[in-house]
Amino acid sequence: MTIAVVRFPGSNCDDDARHAFEFVLGAPVRYVWHRDTALGRVDAVVLPGGFSYGDYLRGGALAALSPVMEAVRRFAERGGPVLGICNGWQILTEARLLPGQLARNPSLHFKCQDVHLRVERDDLLFTRHYRKGQVLRVPIAHNEGRFYADAETLTRIEDGGRVAFRYVDAGGLETVEANANGSAHAIAGVVNERGNVLGMMPHPERAVEALLGSTDGAPLLRGVLDHLAGSRPSA
Amino acid sequence: MSIRERAAGFGLNEDEFDLVERHLGREPNALEAGVFGALWSEHCGYKNSRPLLRRLPTEGPQVLQGPGENAGVVDVGDGWAVAFKMESHNHPSAVEPVQGAATGVGGILRDIFAMGARPVAVLDSLRFGEPTEARNRFLLHGVVEGISLYGNAIGVPTVGGEIAFHPCYQENPLVNVMALGLLRHDELKRGTVGEVGNSLIYVGSKTGRDGLGGAVFASADLSEASDADRPAVQVGDPFMEKLLLEACLEAYARGLVAGVQDMGAAGLSSSVAEMAHRAELGVDLYLDRVPRREEGMSALEVMLSESQERMLLTATPGREEDLLALLEHWELDAHVIGVVKPHGRLRLYEGQHLVGDLPVAALNEPPTYIREGVEDEEVVRLRSTPVDVPETADPAGALLRLLESPTVASKEAVYRRYDHQVMTNTVVLPGQADAAVLRIKGSPLGVAATVDCNARYVRLEPRLGAAHAVAEAARNLSCVGATPLGVTDNLNFGNPYLPEVYYQLEEAIEGLRDACLALGTPVTGGNVSLYNQYRDGTGYRAIHPTPTVGMVGVLPDATRRATMGLKRDGDRILLIGEAAGELGASEMLYRLHGLELGAPPALDLEREAAVQRLVRGLVQEGVCDTAHDISEGGLAVALAEMAMAGGRGLDASLPSEPGVRDDALLFGEAPARVLLAVPGESAAERAEALCRAAGVPCLRLGVSGGDALRLRTARGAFAVPLASLLAAYHRPLSEALG
Repeated sequence: MTIAVVRFPGSNCDDDARHAFEFVLGAPVRYVWHRDTALGRVDAVVLPGGFSYGDYLRGGALAALSPVMEAVRRFAERGGPVLGICNGWQILTEARLLPGQLARNPSLHFKCQDVHLRVERDDLLFTRHYRKGQVLRVPIAHNEGRFYADAETLTRIEDGGRVAFRYVDAGGLETVEANANGSAHAIAGVVNERGNVLGMMPHPERAVEALLGSTDGAPLLRGVLDHLAGSRPSA
Repeated sequence: MSIRERAAGFGLNEDEFDLVERHLGREPNALEAGVFGALWSEHCGYKNSRPLLRRLPTEGPQVLQGPGENAGVVDVGDGWAVAFKMESHNHPSAVEPVQGAATGVGGILRDIFAMGARPVAVLDSLRFGEPTEARNRFLLHGVVEGISLYGNAIGVPTVGGEIAFHPCYQENPLVNVMALGLLRHDELKRGTVGEVGNSLIYVGSKTGRDGLGGAVFASADLSEASDADRPAVQVGDPFMEKLLLEACLEAYARGLVAGVQDMGAAGLSSSVAEMAHRAELGVDLYLDRVPRREEGMSALEVMLSESQERMLLTATPGREEDLLALLEHWELDAHVIGVVKPHGRLRLYEGQHLVGDLPVAALNEPPTYIREGVEDEEVVRLRSTPVDVPETADPAGALLRLLESPTVASKEAVYRRYDHQVMTNTVVLPGQADAAVLRIKGSPLGVAATVDCNARYVRLEPRLGAAHAVAEAARNLSCVGATPLGVTDNLNFGNPYLPEVYYQLEEAIEGLRDACLALGTPVTGGNVSLYNQYRDGTGYRAIHPTPTVGMVGVLPDATRRATMGLKRDGDRILLIGEAAGELGASEMLYRLHGLELGAPPALDLEREAAVQRLVRGLVQEGVCDTAHDISEGGLAVALAEMAMAGGRGLDASLPSEPGVRDDALLFGEAPARVLLAVPGESAAERAEALCRAAGVPCLRLGVSGGDALRLRTARGAFAVPLASLLAAYHRPLSEALG
């Protein structure tokens, strides 16, 4: 089992993703360069956070045109798990693998803090180790994280049950304050129709070791690995 | 005009011009005079500070690289080392705060990876005028934005720092950036050209006119005319630097690089001259091969450009092609621009023409000046003025006003804009403790870092004040459980030609020396920033002398560390050290009475070392996980900070001492004091026993719990709800940053 972590010029959470999968969870990771046209024999793909191409145009806009994205698209179409974190989600929306857009935070400033997330689906390969309604504490760190979509798209997302996580307070309630970046419907993570492509702004790979304050992100990464291993969801 | 008549324009005075002529045996041409002027500027050549800096202790068993390289390096154990350095970007930030601060971050990170280390953390020490004024908010906004945009994008966490406010920084803010990098001992790189025949490879951004003459700019007083110097400020590109960083680290790992240096102040001139000097060799440099982003640049412009994100590499002999291929893979522009020669000269060619011929040694050995310092009479008077203010009748109100001092207040509004967790090493986050703590992946070790300086102390008594800066930095590290290892200093002073300023500089360096020797923390590098003053119609406005101390330390086990927040109800709160502080030079005297006078508190370095040893021993032993240094605002502010950080109150009684005023007890300042909170009776007894053995006072003040800070003195008691403390503490910076 091999996890591909795609490196774009300007990716900066590539090594964090590798560390989480390889050294914390024991799954081998292979870096794939953005100019590669094939992924090789890999079982899941991670698009890590960072500032691909400096994000000088718009988060993820240039990276979405990288040669490797065609291979990622084919991989996703075959049902392979794809996880886009932060800039990775921006790239997935720019590549139209996921709906909507990520706009500038309402403050127009970068924001780095812990947020609470409510798990909205526990039947996804990514969320199989969570319970629906469970509240997680995971950090965010972004400038362009405000999820936006037109009304029709939002309806399609909601009706299709495609929201994976929402920003909530510690008690699991949606409040204006808890919605740290003013996202539409407090959406923190979305999947594609098939449920094998997840984009999210919070960083689960930063929350896998008690030493760093939270392990709430670990079940998500383990969910991917267990899905690949074909094991049943643990109770 | 003759070259001699133009000498001042190149930054050379008449004597220096004579010296250049003697070195060359002829009159220099304009290119040569310009290169000499830049390398002999204060910023590059340290001509007024170098003789003083030699007094600093620089050696210790932990020092792997002392001053003279791009950064200092200390051993942290298990084959790991930390490269670290602090540098100022004060003048650029005064003119263009966003890019000034951003390029400050970029520059110091290049210094770190030029040592072979992967940068792992940034800390900032910032000084502004009071945030109630629009100009200062503009500067604060811009500087925070600049640090944020560069650090966040390149993916190096900003893990800590300090911000202080005082009107003396109104026109001349201080932006000191410290960076840390991690490396294995055998990965250490140096800035050398290596051996004869090596090629010099230029890699990174193209060369433009930006930052032209920056080194000279940084070495002159700021004035109203400085806005016209805007092109002297460079523009940063963190994306380019991220590529450079990854490419360099990969090239080192593959053994392709013999020497490396970044192009910082004075650009190509200083990097080539320094690399050649360290190898005691010469270089033939082909200026037409330097990639340019502008047409029609002169040879001097190419030599002095301070365009950012440029590095100079020498390939391992025989591996040049591999190195160039790797740089191309990272989509970087790389060119061979020179070749190493035995002649000891820096020879500049345009095409076939030799346009400049400079002796490498002389370029690197600027004349140095020893001046006569005289203490400012006004400072003598202020220092000896007795503190004579009425005692406050409202200690709760006084506490809230101190928490609202922007210098004391929470910096959360600032650090929320910095990515402090990228790289997944940050164990202690900003705002949680007196120092940041990072883990080293694959090792139990932790690395701690802090920056500190109480400039009011330094102004009122430079030698003592500078020693305080070292003592407090070491105390900060000890409070998280780290053993201090080394210092990088950033000496921010005014114009050294003024005897009063020279006195401050000389005395402050003596103070750094005293404390570094006593606490076992050698200085491994740093930066001197002079001319930090503003000239207007009425004369000079000097900054407070600000010798910022950056310090790194090591935790043997990163899981055994302390933070300041109270963690449990019922913890015993202990005060290690004396109960009463001094009001002279205190934040209380300044904020509540508008006075900056009196002598700073006395500093007993032996007692300081004993207290610090004791505290980090208790943390490393696992007896204590809650500790906080007592600094500006004294005991009451420190207790309030522990309560706020932990989200729980406390109940404490402060002992009365004959002849000691209540406000000295509550808000007085003194070194060698630390607050601990320990769970249970046996932990408290263990701490008390160790204190007795060390001959250090230890007092039980009270217990944690409740939702208010309750303090009792012999004269009475007061309580302030946690919510009121938090509101006051968070207001100033969240308002200033909007």
